[in-house]
This record gives sequence, C-alpha cells and structure tokens, in this order.
Amino acid sequence: MITIGAHNIISPLGWSSKENFDHVLKGRSGIKKHDNTKLSDTPLQASLIDEGLLEQEVEKYPSLKSYSKLEQLGILSLMPIVNTVDIKSERTGFVFSSTKGNVEYLCETELNKDVLLANAAKNIADYFDFKTEPHVISNACISGLAAIIVAKRWITAGIYDDVIVVGADVLSKFIVSGFQSFQSLSANPCKPFDKDRDGLTLGEGVASVVITNSHNSDENSECIEVVNGAISNDANHISGPSRTGEGLYRAIKNSVSDGSIIDVISAHGTATPYNDDMESQAISRSGLTEVPVNGLKGFFGHTLGAAGLIESLISIMAMQNDVLIGTKELVCQGVVAPINVLKENEPKKQKGLLKLMSGFGGCNAAVYFKKHG
Amino acid sequence: MPQYTLRNMDSIVKEVSIEPGRVTLNNAEVFKTETTEVGPFLKALYQKSELKYSKFFKMDYLCKLGFMACEILLENEEIENDSDDVALVFANASASLNTDVKYQKTIADIASPAVFVYTLPNIVIGEVSIRHKFYGEHMFFVQKEYNKEVLLSYTNVLFQSTNTKHALVGWIDVDDNNNYSAKVMLCKK
Repeated sequence: MITIGAHNIISPLGWSSKENFDHVLKGRSGIKKHDNTKLSDTPLQASLIDEGLLEQEVEKYPSLKSYSKLEQLGILSLMPIVNTVDIKSERTGFVFSSTKGNVEYLCETELNKDVLLANAAKNIADYFDFKTEPHVISNACISGLAAIIVAKRWITAGIYDDVIVVGADVLSKFIVSGFQSFQSLSANPCKPFDKDRDGLTLGEGVASVVITNSHNSDENSECIEVVNGAISNDANHISGPSRTGEGLYRAIKNSVSDGSIIDVISAHGTATPYNDDMESQAISRSGLTEVPVNGLKGFFGHTLGAAGLIESLISIMAMQNDVLIGTKELVCQGVVAPINVLKENEPKKQKGLLKLMSGFGGCNAAVYFKKHG
Repeated sequence: MPQYTLRNMDSIVKEVSIEPGRVTLNNAEVFKTETTEVGPFLKALYQKSELKYSKFFKMDYLCKLGFMACEILLENEEIENDSDDVALVFANASASLNTDVKYQKTIADIASPAVFVYTLPNIVIGEVSIRHKFYGEHMFFVQKEYNKEVLLSYTNVLFQSTNTKHALVGWIDVDDNNNYSAKVMLCKK
C-alpha cells in the first residue's frame, strides 16, 4: 500500500503543516493587499511569505544565505521531514515540482544558470546529500499533484521505496505581470465558485511530503493511502479550460473506480469564471453532484507548483480530523452545473478524498486518497 | 542511479532526431536545409510537410519543434485520434527558457499574454494534444541532460498501469541562445 508519510507546509499561514491547518480551520487567510513595486506597479492582492520571517529562519542556518528565496523555502520545508527517509539510499527518490523556479534571475544581465529548474532542484537536494539525482516535474498548475502521481507510480513499479516530493513557487514580476496581462487577477481576495467571482489571487507556498511504501500496513492501521491518480488533457485550448470539462472528467474517471467512496472533493477552484464552471461540469458529469466540494484558494491564493501538494495535505489533515473545510470567500454559489460547494466548515467522518487540479496546456490531474483505520 | 526496468525495449517503433539543419528518421536523413537558424529551419520543415495548420504560426520555437517531431512520427501511422490511450512523455533542460527571456523583455513595456502563455514547457504537450485530439496521460520532466532511461521507464509504467497503448516519448529543447534539438520516439505497448 502506498501511503502519505511525513509532510510540511510553509505559507503565510504558518511554518508547519499543523500551523497551516489550524489557521485554515479558524478561517484565516494569507491574502492581503500589497503595495510592492517589485511584484506589481499597481496594488496587488496576494498571499506572500513574510520576508522578515524568512530572514529570521535563515539566520538560524547561516549556510542558507547563499541560496535563492525559492531554494531556502524548499530546504526549510524539507528539514523536519528528511530524517524520516534514508537519503543515502538509491531506493529513495527526490522529486521537485515547480512552474517557474528561480525565474526572477532573468532580471540580471548575465544569465544565471540557477534559473534552470534542474539546477534549482539540485541545489535543494545537495543541501541534504541526497544520493539519487533529483527529478523535476513542470506541468503548469497540476505540477504538485502530478508529482504525487509520478511518485506513486514509481513506487508501485518498484523503482523506489520512498519518494520525497517538494513543490515550490515564489512570486515575481514575471509571474504577476503574466496573469495581469491575461486579466485573470481579481481586485479582491478570490471567491471560488461564487456567482460574483472575477479572477484568481496568487500565493506563495512550499510543501514537502514523503510518499512511501508501507509494506506492513493492514486495513486497520491508521494511514492515508494514495490509491490512484490520473492525468488527462483537454485537447482543446492551450490557455483556456474545456467548457465541457473533458480532460478533468477523464482524469476523474481514470482515478476512481465504481465502488470508490468519495466523501469530499478538493477542487482546483481558482475563482476564474471559466475554471470553476469547467470543474462543475467535470464533477457533475462524473455523477458527483451531491458530494461536498471545497476550494482552498481563499486561504492560500494560487500557489502554482505547490498548490496540488498544499491543498492535498490540508484536505488530508481535514479527513484525519473529521472535518470538512468550507470554501473561504464563497457567499453565493454560481457555477453552470449542479454541484455541492461547501461554504462553512462541518464536522464529518470521511474515508475518501478526491483532489483535482487543472492548468495551462489543457492539463488536468485527479488523485484519490483513502483513509484507513 | 536506481535500476529502471527497461522491459519491452523493442516497443520503440521509430525515432526522429532533429538537429540544426537536419532531420533523421531511424537514422536515415529525411530533411536537410542550408540554414541552421531555428526560425527559418522550422518554417522550412513545416512547408516541406505540406500541412495546413494555421495554429503552427502562433507557436513558440519549443512548440514548433515538438509539434514537427510528432508530425513526422505520426505520419502514415494508424493511431486513432480522439482517444485517451496515447501518452506524451517529454523532457528537456531549458524548460521554456527561450520564451521566458523574450517575455521578460516585454514586461517593462506591455506584458504580452500571447508570449506569456508559452512560458511553460508543457504547452507543447497541449499543442500536440489539440492537433491530434489526444486526451491521454502526459508528463513534462526537466532534466540536466537527456535521460532517456527515466522517460522510457516512466512510459513502461504507463503501459502497465493506465489505458496507454502508444506513447510519444523524448527530448525537445530550445535554449536561450536558440540552440535546438529533438529526439522523440514513438513507442507501442
């Protein structure tokens, strides 16, 4: 059985998975209005990691000073969990998931080679002396969830026993201006699945998780199983989602079986008009209209390459704590197909979680997690 | 390195290789140009193919390169469109750096959404999927240098654990200095 091992989240909501989860439960958000000309010439709603707090953390480990912000966060997120795997073993894989890595280096006149994703991954992996070469996955916004799928498949195929996955992205003018040019950023904190939603909010975050082969676990011992995952393409448009949710529908169909118990769906929920409509179509076409759906981007913003990991981990902790998390900022549901989006937190015992992500390039991913014990 | 199991190595049907000014299919030259410059070369390759596909002209170099490599492999193949049993597994070193550098220059003036959309390496997967109505599994890896074993091993995993029956697998790279290379295989379960 392939299960979720130790994990860690760093975001504006906290410096550990637990701290992030506790703040989500209390309904807190990392999103604020920022006047930061390094990121945007106009005021920007975003969930940004506090530079001062990061500096304080880096002070504790002076050798971290020479690393980029992205690498520092990746390393800091790994620190509490690397000891749970054998980093010297060839049977331990390392996967780095990111959309834009150290892209801010492009502001420099000479090309800094660490702008290459493989170099950024190597810098993070070498801090800990990982024996195996790091793998990098860069599939737009599904990257983090795609990394879980790849890790699961490699372990199933017997290539690794454990895979440690790190997902990270930090904001830069490059990223912010791109989303602004698409007019896809909201002037207010994003409102997933709301009838008045008008765009997404960007966020910074990093998450690390161990995906592991628990040879000895039986049905009764407490654990979260990564049951199955699938990736599918819309084959429709490179920057807009399919109106019928074709790719996401196929990803859902290929990741769950007929008898799978699904108690909650953690949607992508970017709060752009098209994405949330598309997701409602895919969920509805899959016959899951009654299943509680939530979107977590009102807490974290869209954390790009880390989003699939952060949102999976928060949803897993919610499952372990018998609570369904409400969709922050949702006031009045307004999507094209009938689905059951949760507004408020609710106590509920859960056995099965379906996590969805979609992204540019028409990519879609779904992973089904099951709670045992 | 861990041992990647390379079963069914004979499942590689054919391989296209694109290097500056030259295209080979299973090591036999199928196209050659005087110019090695990426833009004119890709345009000449497209014209030679006699395709009528206007979306090609909107693509960045990485997408054009990957698109043409796949067109060459799929020519005369009876692989059904409209299926989710064709997988795309690609890798490169530069990700979308060639276009990233161009986009970075537009920011100071007017940021261009038409350029920004190509600042992700997996857009080439989207372009090939749109062209052939491939709904299947896909993955973009970034590697320091071409590690064919990792890609073939992952493809084997797809053959064994998903609907995948065919896969386009390989390396498509355009760096910030317009150096380009592609090595893509058509694999069969």
